[in-house]
Amino acid sequence: MIDRAGADTPLAPSWEPAPYEPPTVVWDESASVDAAPIEPAYVPVAVDYPVSSDLSYDESSSGRHAAEQAGYEAPVTTIPATEPEHAPSHTASSMTMAEAVVAAEATIAPADPFATMEIPAVAVAAPAAVSFTKAAQVPATTVTPSGSTPPPTASPEVKPMRASSEPDVPRPIGGKTLDDHASFWGSLLGSFGLLWVIYTQLLPFTGRVGFVILWLITFLLMYAGVSAMGNPSQVVLDRTVAAAIRAGAMIVGLALASAVFFTFWKGIDALVHVNFFTQDMAGVRPTAPLDQGGIIHAIAGSLIEIGIAVLFALPLGVGTAVFMNEVGGPTARAVRTVVEAMTALPSIVAGLFVYTVLIVTLGVSRTGIAAACAIFVMILPIIARASDVVLRVMPGGLREASLALGASKWQTVRMVVLPTVRPGLATALILGIARGVGETSPVLLTSGASSYLNLNPFSEPMNSLPLFVFSSVRSGEPLFIARGFGAASVLLALVLVLFVITRRLARTKVGNR
Amino acid sequence: MTALMDPPSTPSAPEPTPRVEDVPRSIDPGLPRSDKVFFGVSRAIGYSVFVLMGAIGLFLGLQSIPTFKRYGLGFLTESQWQPEKDILGISAVLVGTFTVALVAMVIAFPLALATALYISEYAPAKFKSFLVSMVDLMAAIPSIVWGLWGFFLLQPKAIHVAHWLHTHMGWVPFFNVDTDPNAAPWAQSRYAASAFIAGIAVSMMVLPMAAAVMRQVFSQAPIGEREAALGLGSTKWGMIRAVVLPFGAGGIIGGTMLSLGRALGETIAVVLIISPAFDIKFKPLEIGTSTISALIAGRFGEATSAQLSALLTAGFVLFIITLIINTLAAMIVARSRSGAQE
Repeated sequence: MIDRAGADTPLAPSWEPAPYEPPTVVWDESASVDAAPIEPAYVPVAVDYPVSSDLSYDESSSGRHAAEQAGYEAPVTTIPATEPEHAPSHTASSMTMAEAVVAAEATIAPADPFATMEIPAVAVAAPAAVSFTKAAQVPATTVTPSGSTPPPTASPEVKPMRASSEPDVPRPIGGKTLDDHASFWGSLLGSFGLLWVIYTQLLPFTGRVGFVILWLITFLLMYAGVSAMGNPSQVVLDRTVAAAIRAGAMIVGLALASAVFFTFWKGIDALVHVNFFTQDMAGVRPTAPLDQGGIIHAIAGSLIEIGIAVLFALPLGVGTAVFMNEVGGPTARAVRTVVEAMTALPSIVAGLFVYTVLIVTLGVSRTGIAAACAIFVMILPIIARASDVVLRVMPGGLREASLALGASKWQTVRMVVLPTVRPGLATALILGIARGVGETSPVLLTSGASSYLNLNPFSEPMNSLPLFVFSSVRSGEPLFIARGFGAASVLLALVLVLFVITRRLARTKVGNR
Repeated sequence: MTALMDPPSTPSAPEPTPRVEDVPRSIDPGLPRSDKVFFGVSRAIGYSVFVLMGAIGLFLGLQSIPTFKRYGLGFLTESQWQPEKDILGISAVLVGTFTVALVAMVIAFPLALATALYISEYAPAKFKSFLVSMVDLMAAIPSIVWGLWGFFLLQPKAIHVAHWLHTHMGWVPFFNVDTDPNAAPWAQSRYAASAFIAGIAVSMMVLPMAAAVMRQVFSQAPIGEREAALGLGSTKWGMIRAVVLPFGAGGIIGGTMLSLGRALGETIAVVLIISPAFDIKFKPLEIGTSTISALIAGRFGEATSAQLSALLTAGFVLFIITLIINTLAAMIVARSRSGAQE
């Protein structure tokens, strides 16, 4: 390893490894002999082990570091004893350059009498450190995950050092202490009790949401206070912030879960009726019971509108992305700028644009095709931009290999580029569909709202799921609102299905590579 | 082909003979026909999208000319929207738009930051991809569903929070509501349909976008510096503050601005929740406000052509604001990404 690494460096001619190896080994053995001054030099190595093996190592166990250094120092010093010729490579491969240099300097600083004698060794150590880090660059990624390898390799060499022959059990470096658990749960319960007394008994507060918000704040304060009783301020801050971050993430998760479950729970009244999926609302009074009428017209309308919009948006969006990435030229940047700018267009403005141009100016009546146009204007930049990102991150080597084999640009695009990014394009498409099918504002302005099943997008108004939800909720009729929640559940289920398909596609991309 | 036939004669004649001067053969084979067609078609698609998108922007811009001719700059400063009196102005809705967006960002920013930090730093490794896809799912939920959530689930509870904030922090003008908070049956309706409640619903819509951008930037924070910080004895939060947050600052700002741009344009949830009002006020807890998008959704139906172009002008103003915010955000995110790759 030394030879190979030395040959790679520009310093190689001035550095002959063979004659200088003995001093290097001597330096390492001196490290094992007078361990006291050397010990700091090995501290980074010892600390490096728990950090790289487990990022969530327990910072509250700082008191264990001394014992850990003592326990871990032995394997490091015994390595030169067993295989002296590879000693430098062993120690340095687990060090970074800075640590190796520090180690080299630390050897001369305390040992004054030997300073002059060891200067050549230091001169060797410096280029050696450089070359080691170069060599260590390659396995660096493999070293980090396999940080737990030192104990198994070191344990057979430790055995002769220790008198007892009990097997080495790796010290648990993660996990929580009793203090961690007790202060967390204690603060949670204590803050609840304290706040209950203050909130409901002493002060005239009302509202359950206010209680929960105040409970969170009281808990954080109490947790910080309890932690401060036995921990340094850094640990107090660390614990409090960790609790706050977890609480924030939990609130977001709760909001997401509540939105999904609330919609389905309120929609179940309408969803249990089969006629809800097979009939339309023609001739059904808003106050009619739920076993009359349904939303088939809204489902069909949504599918037709999004289908037409995607039929045009997909080729245009992907074609634009291909133009921007594969053809290029000075105009490609202008196209990209405009496409990115149009993603900022609010959907209601897109709807208003189509309303003004198609319906007011050109005199098209409110139909499914007008709604499809509005959805098209809205999702075209989304699909184009998502496809652009997918094409941009595709490795250029594949393209170049195809071109180098003599394929034309079109053959490259058709047989290499597009098949490679197909899962990504599918993701872009489904993201566009999910956005387009759920957006209410474009269809609100353009499609009109029919109460009957209309499969012709070119004449007569057409209803759609978001529009049906919107109008039913605005009606104020309890039974009609229940229908609205049923339609919202269908819409949500549609988006969930699309979402799961997207995930599947994204995953197969990884599996195929 | 003729170029290929010729060369044998040139090397096979060693003696200098007076010949016509050597013209370098063109080695460019030219484009095959399939490529010509491909370039032509994809250029046509690219230009057509360019023209279409450019035309929309141009159309919106041109529509605002007659509006500004008719109402002057008073269109931006007038607060009332009374087509029957020919008084049209968007200052009140602009204020309402920013109030709703401000409330949304005040709620969304800390939650998005906490979510992103939790996913990238605290969550167990095996849940990470699940949590990431949950954030994506949250972004895919239709806005009408968030509107229902805000109107039916959140509003009855948020009224109490608003009342509570007014009662105990009413001395801050921002939390003030024009009613007596201590009246025996306090006026619940005064706290409903407010910018505060609409802002909460909007915050849930824009939060996943901010969280996704932030998480992506956080996950790019260099592992070596993280380990260096931990190796020097830093706590996890110390590591986050010293490495992850400075590294992800661009992503935090950019993601927040991207979601702000989305919050300004949200329509349906706002329309469902608020009750329209056209006065300039900074009382998000009180009933009644309006945003540009809610104004468009509410007024397009009965609009004459002049009012329609006024609505389009309002939409154009909103578009320009969103565009500026998005462009700034994209620049900030791009800069932080380029820093991540070195």
